Amino acid sequence: MPSLKDLKNRISSVKSTRKITKAMQMVAAAKLRRAQDAAEAARPYAERFNAVMGQLAASVGGSDTAPLLLKGTGKDDVHLLVVMTSERGLCGGFNANIAKLARQHARDLTQKGKTVKIITVGKKGREAMKRDLGELFIGHVDLSDVKRIGYGTATDIAKDVLGKFDAGEFDVATIFYSKFVNVVTQTPTALQVIPAKFDAPEETGAASALYEYEPSEEEVLADLLPRGVATQIFAALLENAASEQGARMSAMDNATRNAGEMIDKLTIEYNRSRQAVITNELIEIISGAEAL
Amino acid sequence: MANTTQFDLVSPERKLVSGPVTAVEIPAAAGDLTAMQGHSPLITTLRPGVLKVSGPDGEQEYVVTGGFAEISGDSISVLAETALPKGEVTQGHIDDWVAQAHAAKQDAPEHLTEAATKLLADMVALGTHIGLDPNQPSI
Repeated sequence: MPSLKDLKNRISSVKSTRKITKAMQMVAAAKLRRAQDAAEAARPYAERFNAVMGQLAASVGGSDTAPLLLKGTGKDDVHLLVVMTSERGLCGGFNANIAKLARQHARDLTQKGKTVKIITVGKKGREAMKRDLGELFIGHVDLSDVKRIGYGTATDIAKDVLGKFDAGEFDVATIFYSKFVNVVTQTPTALQVIPAKFDAPEETGAASALYEYEPSEEEVLADLLPRGVATQIFAALLENAASEQGARMSAMDNATRNAGEMIDKLTIEYNRSRQAVITNELIEIISGAEAL
Repeated sequence: MANTTQFDLVSPERKLVSGPVTAVEIPAAAGDLTAMQGHSPLITTLRPGVLKVSGPDGEQEYVVTGGFAEISGDSISVLAETALPKGEVTQGHIDDWVAQAHAAKQDAPEHLTEAATKLLADMVALGTHIGLDPNQPSI
């Protein structure tokens, strides 16, 4: 049975924990809004881009001269997994879920006899996968100094990936990130970026065929494909940032609520034992008086 | 309003312009072109340069560093890698861009050196054009 003093200390420590988690929740909420705005602002670009790429890919994709980024190397022996996670913890199952999906993917590929290489973005995913997949790591991108994710961050990662592709280090690249559905739901997602996959354009048929291309269809496509990789990575980074804050917000909300429940329980216990002590003292006095 | 067409200028990070315009001067890869209502459908890549938008509220200029433009019958969209209103471009931006182009030229594999050299030249020309020092006497 803990003493009254112990209980009191316990209550005050849980109270300060609650203050911290509450503050973190509010910070996450503010950051989430900013992250969502950023993701929202990036959407028109990505949408237009994918629409044009879809058209181009559909018209050039079949030919033999199509760029390698679009039609692939013709093999799928070596897979590159780019796993995007956060730099900080305390965000519920966010990092664990992405790592789990990537791990599953890596295991499936290895079982099929493929070679797997992994680039990690963000410290937490690296830590989570180091133990069982550590020997597959070929690179790491540190985002801890990046205050605001800009397009530049994405182009740097894309450049790295494209350089490795040009050097023939892999055949297929897949990025792993968390898609932001809402504050309580984030879905870990795998997206193949090389060879590029674009949704076929809706059948506007004749209208899309009328475009003229300058300098030429192939050259435009060759110019755009690397940008496409960067665009997809950028979108993934933004989604991930929003998801991270969303996950942290709901994790901290839970923590705050749990702390509240714990304080209530401890307070009841504290009051009960205080009353027990008083009752005990009274009994002692009364029985002492009676004995006289 | 007559003779206007819908114009969007978007960069990966934000939407800069969206509204009706009468003409847009685009720094396309193969030379500047002006798009107005009824221009034939065209998709072209951009070179670094100045994009001029003439609309109902007068003329605005933006600096773009590459990307592409899509002109269709009833709308013009420019998707620029980076786009800034001309007034916001500082010497720092130009230095960054030129340095990047330099680095790209240095690292470029053989079949791309020509393109990288052109990119660098375009960057420098852009700097001079908007009255900032391209700061690269070495090319």
